[in-house]
This record gives sequence, C-alpha cells and structure tokens, in this order.
Amino acid sequence: MAVTEKELQEILEQYPSKVQKNRKKHILIKDGVEDAQVIEANTRTIPGIITNRGCAYAGCKGVVLGPLKDMVHITHGPIGCGFYTWGARRNKAKSDDPTQNFMNYCVSTDMQESDIVFGGEKKLAKVIDEVVAIFHPHAITVSATCPVGLIGDDIAAVAKAAESRHGLPVLAFSCEGYKGVSQSAGHHIANNILMDRVIGASSAETAPGKYPINILGEYNIGGDSWEVERVLKEIGYTIVSVMTGDGSYEELKNAHTAELNLVQCHRSINYIAEMLETKYGTPWLKVNFIGIQGMIESLRNMATYFGDEELIAKTEEVIAREVARIEPLIEPYRKICQGKTAFCFVGGSRGHHYQGLFAEIGIETVLAGYEFAHRDDYEGRQVIPTIKTDADSKNIPELHVSPDERRFRLKVSPEKMEELKQKIPLSYYAGMNVTMKDGSIIVDDLNHFETEEFIKLLKPDIFASGIKDKYVIQKMGIPAKQLHSYDYSGPYAGFNGAVNFARDVSMGFASPTWNFIVPPWKDEPLLTGTVNEEGVA
Amino acid sequence: MLDCTPKEYKERNSGGVINPAKTCQPIGAMYAALGIHRCLPHSHGSQGCCSFHRMHLSRHFREPAMASTSSFTEGASVFGGGANLKTAIKNVFTIYKPDVMAVHTTCLTETIGDDIPSLIKAAEIPEGKVVIHANTPSYQGSHVTGFSNMTKGMVNYLAEATTPLKKEQVNLIPGFVNPGDMREIKRMARVMGVTSIMFPDTSGVLDSPMTGKFTMYPKGGATVAQIKDSGNSKLTLALGRFASSDAAELLSKKCQVPATVLKTPIGIKATDALLMALRRAFSQEVPYELEEERGQLVDIMTDTHFHFHGKQVGIFGDPDIVTGMTEFVLSLGMKPVHILTGTPGGAVGSGLGSFEEDIKAMLEPAGVTANVKAGGDLFTFHQWIKNEPVDLIIGNTYGKFIARAEDIPLVRVGFPILDRSVHSYLPIVGYRGAMRLIEKISGALLDRADRDAADEDFELVM
Repeated sequence: MAVTEKELQEILEQYPSKVQKNRKKHILIKDGVEDAQVIEANTRTIPGIITNRGCAYAGCKGVVLGPLKDMVHITHGPIGCGFYTWGARRNKAKSDDPTQNFMNYCVSTDMQESDIVFGGEKKLAKVIDEVVAIFHPHAITVSATCPVGLIGDDIAAVAKAAESRHGLPVLAFSCEGYKGVSQSAGHHIANNILMDRVIGASSAETAPGKYPINILGEYNIGGDSWEVERVLKEIGYTIVSVMTGDGSYEELKNAHTAELNLVQCHRSINYIAEMLETKYGTPWLKVNFIGIQGMIESLRNMATYFGDEELIAKTEEVIAREVARIEPLIEPYRKICQGKTAFCFVGGSRGHHYQGLFAEIGIETVLAGYEFAHRDDYEGRQVIPTIKTDADSKNIPELHVSPDERRFRLKVSPEKMEELKQKIPLSYYAGMNVTMKDGSIIVDDLNHFETEEFIKLLKPDIFASGIKDKYVIQKMGIPAKQLHSYDYSGPYAGFNGAVNFARDVSMGFASPTWNFIVPPWKDEPLLTGTVNEEGVA
Repeated sequence: MLDCTPKEYKERNSGGVINPAKTCQPIGAMYAALGIHRCLPHSHGSQGCCSFHRMHLSRHFREPAMASTSSFTEGASVFGGGANLKTAIKNVFTIYKPDVMAVHTTCLTETIGDDIPSLIKAAEIPEGKVVIHANTPSYQGSHVTGFSNMTKGMVNYLAEATTPLKKEQVNLIPGFVNPGDMREIKRMARVMGVTSIMFPDTSGVLDSPMTGKFTMYPKGGATVAQIKDSGNSKLTLALGRFASSDAAELLSKKCQVPATVLKTPIGIKATDALLMALRRAFSQEVPYELEEERGQLVDIMTDTHFHFHGKQVGIFGDPDIVTGMTEFVLSLGMKPVHILTGTPGGAVGSGLGSFEEDIKAMLEPAGVTANVKAGGDLFTFHQWIKNEPVDLIIGNTYGKFIARAEDIPLVRVGFPILDRSVHSYLPIVGYRGAMRLIEKISGALLDRADRDAADEDFELVM
C-alpha cells in the first residue's frame, strides 16, 4: 500500500515547475525512521490550484463566533458572506430562553455601492441600533469582510460608540477574508477578542460545582458536545463553558473559574488555551473525544489530572458500562468495514482525530491532511519555536496576556505539573504525523488535482472530507463521508457517536446503489450468436 | 423557532438585512459559467468566496461544482491581484486543461479596481483557449445580477455575426433556472421544430449521470462554437427579465439579433407566450404533442381547482421565478398575498423595469391586494405572515424556518433548495413543469388537510 518517492514524483511532475517545487514541501511520505519529518503548512494558497480552503471571515464568524447563541452576529459586508454562514455549519444550540437564541438568524449590513464609495460606518451603527431595538441581545459581534478593510471602515470605533450608546458589549472582529492564508487567521482573530473582552468578564470567582472544566474547540456539530457532556456530567464534572458549541456569552464570561481546560480542536482554540494558562494558571489537556479509545483515554487523563479516587472510580465505572453497551452495537458494522482503507482530509483537526475511530471499525487511514493546520498540528507543539511567521500571516495580531493579579492561581503545584506531564498531554499536542503508519501520505492543503491522482494511486475504499469533494468522489464510485457536516447525521463524538459513525460508514459501503453503476447492456454484446468465416451468422 | 421575531411590524430603515432572500453576484456568475461546455469558472478574489459558492451550488444540485480562485492575500489586496490572476491562468490551463476560463470578480477585486480585461490581455493563454470575464461586484444586485452579468460576458467575448442572412434558429437565454428546466425549454423548442442555441446551459453539467468516472468537464454546456453562432440567430428569447434581458440586449446591439423578453415560462400563460413567440417568429404550428400537454394541464387544473382555489399564499425568491409563480397561482385561483424578492427591483423605467410594478399589474385584474416588496428580506416576510397568515408558502429552503414557526406548509421552489433532492432534475417550467407544481401545491395542502382532520372527517377520496 505504501507510496514510493518515485510515484509521488510522477504526480508532481505534471505541475508547472514553480508549483511542483511548492507542493513538494507540503506532501510527506511518512517514514518513522527519519525522525522529525518537516512539512510546510500555513503558507499561501497557489492561485488556480483548486484548493478546498476558505477565508479568515469563515474561520472567525463562521467557526468560532457563530455558535455563540445569545449574541447577535452582524456581518459587515455585502450579503454573500452572511448568507453562506447562515445555518450551513451544523453547530447545534438550544436555549432555555428561546427569545435569546439567535441561531437561525443572519444579520448583515448588506453593503451597497454607495457604502463602498462613502464608507459603511454610519450604516453599521444604524444596523446595530436596529438589532438592539428588535432583539435586545446580551451582546453583539461585528465581523468584517473583504471590502471593509480596504475602504477603511473603523469597525472598532463604531462598536465602541454603540457600546456606550446601548450599554452592552459590541465586539468588533477585523477578520477580512484576505487576512492570513486560510480560515486559520480567523480563529486567531476570534480567540484574541473573546479572551480580551469576554472570558473573565463576570464577577464569579468560583465554579458552581466539583471538577469544573471548560471544553475548548468543540463546536457541537450534530450534537457532538452534548454527547460528550452527557458522559462528563455523569462522571461528576461541572462544565463551566464550551467554546463555542451551544455556547453563550453568559457562560463564556465565567470560563476563568475552571480548574482544567480540555482542548479538542487544537488549531482553532490553542490560543485561548495558552492565554488561559498564562492569565489564570489553568492548564489545558489535549483530549480527543472521537473514537472509543480516544474517549476512554481522554476520560482517564482527566481523572488522572484531578487525581481524586472517587472520580477515578466513577470514570472507570462509566467507561465499563458505556463500552459494554456500545460494543455489541458496533460489532456488526465492523464486519462490513474490516480491511478497508480511507483518505481523511478535513480542516484543521479532524484529519487526525478520526483516524482512531476508523481504525476501531477496521479501516486504515492511508492518506490524511489538513486544509489549514499549522506545522504544530502535524509535527507536534515542540516545533513551535522553529516556526517562522511568513509575510502573509505576520499581520495577524498576537495578544499578549499576563497573569491576572487577583485571579491567577496555580491549579496544581509545579512539581505535580511536571509529574502529570510525564503521564498525560498537559499543555501539549503531539500532532497527527506521529500516529500515522509508515508509507502513508500526509498532505497539506490537498487540491483537486492531487485528490484525483492519489485516488488513482491508492484506490481508497472511502474518502472522508467535505461537501466540495463529496460528489467528485462519489462519481468515481467511491463512498464519500463528510467529516465537516457528518452528512447531516451525528453526533459522531463520544460513545454513542462511535456507533453512529460506524453505522453511517457501513451504510456507505453496503448501499445497493454501487451495484447499478454499470448498465447491463455494457456487459453483454448486442448481437449474440456465432460468426462464421465469411462474417455471416 | 424564530422566537426573536416580533409580530409588531416596524419599518426598518438602516439598510441592513435580517435573513436575506438573496445572495451575492459571483455564485450566479459561477453557475452561468458552468453552463459553458469545458469551462472552468474562476473567482478573482480571496478564496473564501469561491469555496462558499462551490459549496452552495454543490448542496443545491448534489453535484460537483468546480471552480478555481485567485486566492488573494493581504498583499495582493493592497497592491492589486494581477500576479495572482496571471499565475492562476497559467496553472489552470496547465493542470486542469479547460477550453474556457470564465473569470468573475468579488467585492474585494471590485473595490480595489483590478482591471480584468487588461490582466487577461497580459496573461499567457494557450493557443485555442479562451478567457472571458464579467465584473460581478457583490455590493450590487444579487446572485441573479451575477448570472446576468456572466451571460452578458459570454455575448461580449464570444457572440459574432458572421453570416449575411440570419439563420433559422433561436437563442434561448433560460435565466437562473435548474438544468431540468433548461432541458424542458430545449425540448419544447425541439418539438416546435425550431433549432435553438441555449446559453448558458447547465443541463448535462449539474445533473450529470453516475458512470463510475469523474469527469471534470461533463458532456453538457453550450459550446463556444454555439455561443459564437448565437450572433447569427434570427431571434433571442430572454426568459426572465432580471437574469436574461441584459445579455439579449447586448446581443441585439452587437450582432443585430432582435430580442424578445418573456417571463420565465412558469405556468400556463407564460408557457403559452413562449410557444406563441416561437410560432410567430418561425411560422411553425404548435404540434399536437404540446397541445396535448397543454390540454392535460388545463384538465388537471379543472379537476383539482377546489384543492387550492381561494387559498392564501406567500411567495418569495428570485424575481423572475417569483413573477412566474405569482402569475401561475393566480391562474389557479389562489390569492398571493405576500410577494417578496431579496433582489433589488430596478427603478420604474430602467432597463430592468420594476418587480413591484410587474407584480401589481398581475394582481390588479385578479382583484387581489398583497404586500409586495423588492429588495426585502425574510424577517419582513415572516412579520407579514404573522400579521396576515397564509395557507401555503412557496420559496426556497430558507422558508422552512418560517414554515415551522408558523406551522404552514412549504412548497420548495427556486434557489437554493438544500434539504430535498431530485428538484433540480425535474422542470417547473412549461406545461409539464406546471403539472409538477400543481402536484406539489395540492399535495402540500392535502397532506395538511389529512393531518389536521378529525377522524370522522378523514376522507378517503379527495
């Protein structure tokens, strides 16, 4: 199954020379002997290559802010950006007060030509006033789009003036689509402002229960977070906030009161995780709630962190019960999936996280990659000091926080921290590459051409990626599983999620549809009978 | 559902939109460009737009929607995207080998003022390949405007008048409709015995068959040769004023092909008008096959009139589709009481005419009074319904929130439909499309009647 350097070179040689040189650095053949294989990532997209990437606005408004249900999110721009981030990402939310749940709304300043020419600040101010008058939200966000930065609208000033006018937070995000090279810039921009303006904004000093935690980088796609929370609550954890699936401004304000931060999606939220540690002394633990083993290991690591005997016992009890319950449910699906191979190309985290779950149902991941992850997501956080910020990303602001004089508190002693770090991934993420088998392919910013070429070469049984790829893959007669939207199914996280995932993947293989692709007349000659030497039957 | 929308209706004057009934130009341009055979649409802007547009087209059609992008960075946004476009053109032709690249712009590139024609002239374009373009600023009009602009771009770059006498053929500009509709319009022309050139034509592209092979450029689409030859046609029929009339007008100026603007042929009257236009221009009798279909449609309308007569309906969507739907529900005896498009309406007397005037002109003879709005949004539409409930909503998928909130059946028509399948394969245009619409409308109303009926009122025969 392994791909050779020669085969890879043959693919790359079809590119123009400049492209060839560039793409070579974004593709690795995993080789465990060679330690620390370096991949190039988080660099600009090649024009015309047919990338899967989106923009900073998508990363900020679409991914991080959008799920916060009790804030009205205003898009300052022409209508498209707001429209395409309206309900298309399945970050579920419910609210005890439905009049403060704005999930099904899309608010845009709908900039017109005159706003481009004369500036859109006045219109933005009016839209904010209107939103306050109609919705009375707890807080408002304003997200910038491409033209906003170019025409020089000062959205921060407009937001500040609106705050004093209305006496409620109005947060401005300069997430113009052209910033950085992908969605990733948007995550960073969102993280900075949420940290600066929301987290810690409440007067609460302690959490309302035992083992208080935050779940970071979990967006409740298809109810993922709810399934994880179900288990955590049963074990006895108090969930202070989730960033940001089914999240709210009101909860997020209390995030400083947690004793531990769990990081599911490292790429999108590691900035806040780090800043929480610096500012409040709260360590973070890399978890993976995808897959049975991932779930078990994450739960055990959490229990190890708190070190409480009762908690450890309860953790084991819940694990044993859940595993006993779901194993028989998954078993029939394993029979269908066993021995198959997958490609797993997703945004900035799932490309890694689903490999364990695939393996548990008998599917080996032979190619994986990310659209917009950075080197640390591939190679592990130890490479961060060696990452050079290039010209395209250097304009993304870095927020520097310092220990909060009143609230900073070491949650565990330095000695204990060192001891724990030997056992569990505290403030550390090892990256995707380390878990991949030798000979498998790791691709950054996989494009359409490479998708087709690698499929020809490796002939995977299933391709996990997104909506833009899905129908391309299916036309080839290969099942395609969306790992952004879950094909409108889910949850896929946690114990129940593993069963759902196994069921859905099996359905993809077992569907009778694949048998009908070749029409019967293509397998049978039109005229049957024998032909004699003269050509006459 | 939508619990934050108050019943009390207040005029909003900020110019902002809550729950849009439109999206931005480039997706329409991308869709139009996919209606050219062996064409790769190219989005000249930052890559987020291109991904969003491809995603939404893929969700609506459940098909691949290929397009490339210039992938702007901040540097290009400040200093211009010439290098990005040049690189993109080279890469696209080398790697993806289309015959045509159709470039459209975004709010980014329009704001910085990239001069696309000059950039194209300076680019290396392989022998025999074509790059066309359209300016599609997202801050003007809507996705329908983008479709119109790209269609105009096709005429601009490709159409040529080369024959001394115009050929006995008609240009059909179908407007922003589904491949299934395009197939049906072509079929009607064929049955009429009239040779047609349809552009753009996404049939065979965005409803391509499953063969076990992915084809980057499927069999469908208007060929460059056909679009060139459109300059030699005897007549252009622009179906849907907002999507199609600009291109038809340009073709008339550039190649002296007379243009007739008709409604999108939804329902009996607009389909009659299309066939009459073909009959007149090409002296072709309407064959029995179409007369039979029409008679079947009238038969169905008569048989089932009591299912929908007098029912109040709210319609929203793209202006050409909403106009056609309004006319059709009026011919069914229904009362369209809330009619809204997100696309700005065009001032009275402008080339585009006025959506609101068009609708009012149809409502008046029917004695129906209604809320009518161009450039409106679904927040307004919902508030109208809260104040004056309807029996049925006709619109795209985004209507499902209102339908649920107010417990009103929804018939999905238009773009985008993201939560049902098959819709893009089957027509809503022509007599056949009208039959399908009746099936959907009366099905929705009767399912509702069945659901709501007391056991003793539950009917076997309806």
